[in-house]
Amino acid sequence: MKYLLLIHQGDTPTPHTPEAWEALSEDERNAVYAAYKAINETPGVTPGVPMQPPEMATTVRVQNGKTLTTDGPFVAVKEALGGYFLFEADDLDAAIEMASRVPAAGMGGAVEVRPIVEY
Amino acid sequence: MPANPRAWLVTTARNRAIDRIRRERTLATKTRLLEVPEATEDDVDETTIPDERLELIFTCCHPALSLDAQVALTLRTLGGLSAEEIARAFLVPDETMAKRLVRAKRKIRVSGIPFRVPPALELPGRLGAVLAVVYLIFNEGYGGRGDLSEEAIRLGRALAELMPDEPEVHGLLALMLVNDARRDARVADGAIVLLKDQDRSLWDLDQIAAGRKTLDRALVLGDRGSYVVQAAIAALHVHEPQDWHQLALLYDELARLTGSSVVELNRAAAIAEAGDVEAALALVNELDLDDYHYLHATRAELLRRLDRVDDARAAYDRALALVHSDAERRFLEQRRAELQG
Repeated sequence: MKYLLLIHQGDTPTPHTPEAWEALSEDERNAVYAAYKAINETPGVTPGVPMQPPEMATTVRVQNGKTLTTDGPFVAVKEALGGYFLFEADDLDAAIEMASRVPAAGMGGAVEVRPIVEY
Repeated sequence: MPANPRAWLVTTARNRAIDRIRRERTLATKTRLLEVPEATEDDVDETTIPDERLELIFTCCHPALSLDAQVALTLRTLGGLSAEEIARAFLVPDETMAKRLVRAKRKIRVSGIPFRVPPALELPGRLGAVLAVVYLIFNEGYGGRGDLSEEAIRLGRALAELMPDEPEVHGLLALMLVNDARRDARVADGAIVLLKDQDRSLWDLDQIAAGRKTLDRALVLGDRGSYVVQAAIAALHVHEPQDWHQLALLYDELARLTGSSVVELNRAAAIAEAGDVEAALALVNELDLDDYHYLHATRAELLRRLDRVDDARAAYDRALALVHSDAERRFLEQRRAELQG
């Protein structure tokens, strides 16, 4: 089974939120980097591309043939996607275990596990 | 709806398990070239039909499914109830229940929920979900639909047989047996009868004895959790005379296990019955349960015992403003009318 793991940052401190990020100790910041590195190096994981924060997003709609653009993500900033990666696993339990290792899941955010359609 | 959801659930999930076993065997065959072979060839005996109920219940009660879906799947696959029977039991249209089951089975298949007993590390949490589903089914039955209570007890017995070393499994079974033994005495003329007013001749004493025996089994295993403590409380409640000191201690233990203010309210009632009404009132006054009519009903009763009639009357009024059930309203109105002064 293949799963897409969607990381929702929520209140999670990231380098994009310098105030909260600097409030973490150096050990805590290093632990976050180390955890993401370990995930990316886990067999079965295909890392996603790094994304700029949701504040940098532009949302596009087309109505009556007219393109409408708005500042920010489609959902609220806190609910917006912060990152993602692919994981090939035996079953959902393995994917849930992997999701629980994502630092954001334990720091105010959440990880959504979505099975990929396989033909 | 497939004609046999049990087969459906087992087949898709089991096919994945077989795939896994095949993969592991292929791997084993490959690694055998490198290692001294062990006698693993006949480990999986496909000629016998294994008892799959345990895998089934853990699949049905997987936390990735909604609680409603867990309950429906458990009743359908382990209880053998039809979708229509489950729909009637939970007062939802047949079509809603059929859709709920189809959607749940689809989620099991599409999202890759495994068909297996969780590994030891995950077992406590996952077992908690299974027990919660069985207890929910029991309580639905306790609220009036007796067939669901019997179904829950059957499920509880099966779990106790399948997981004989889990104290909480025995605890839940004991709790259900003791409470269900009082079912016939619990309601008279459509009104709830309090434990102390129940007709003892309607209690099923054999079932209470069976519940006590099951509780002993749980206590011997040690490491007790909230179901074992609740069963111990239920068993003490049907023991005469009631040991209110012991009950207060057990409610204290249960409150620490669950962090529940409602349990604290029960502890206060036990403390009052044990003789210390002032301490009970002090505890009740600290609880953050202002919208809960039992809090005000309990407060009223304590104030009445302390002869604070005006305060008691005000507390009854507050309880009456919050109560929904007619049976309980009549009870509270009667208590309020009995106040002297």
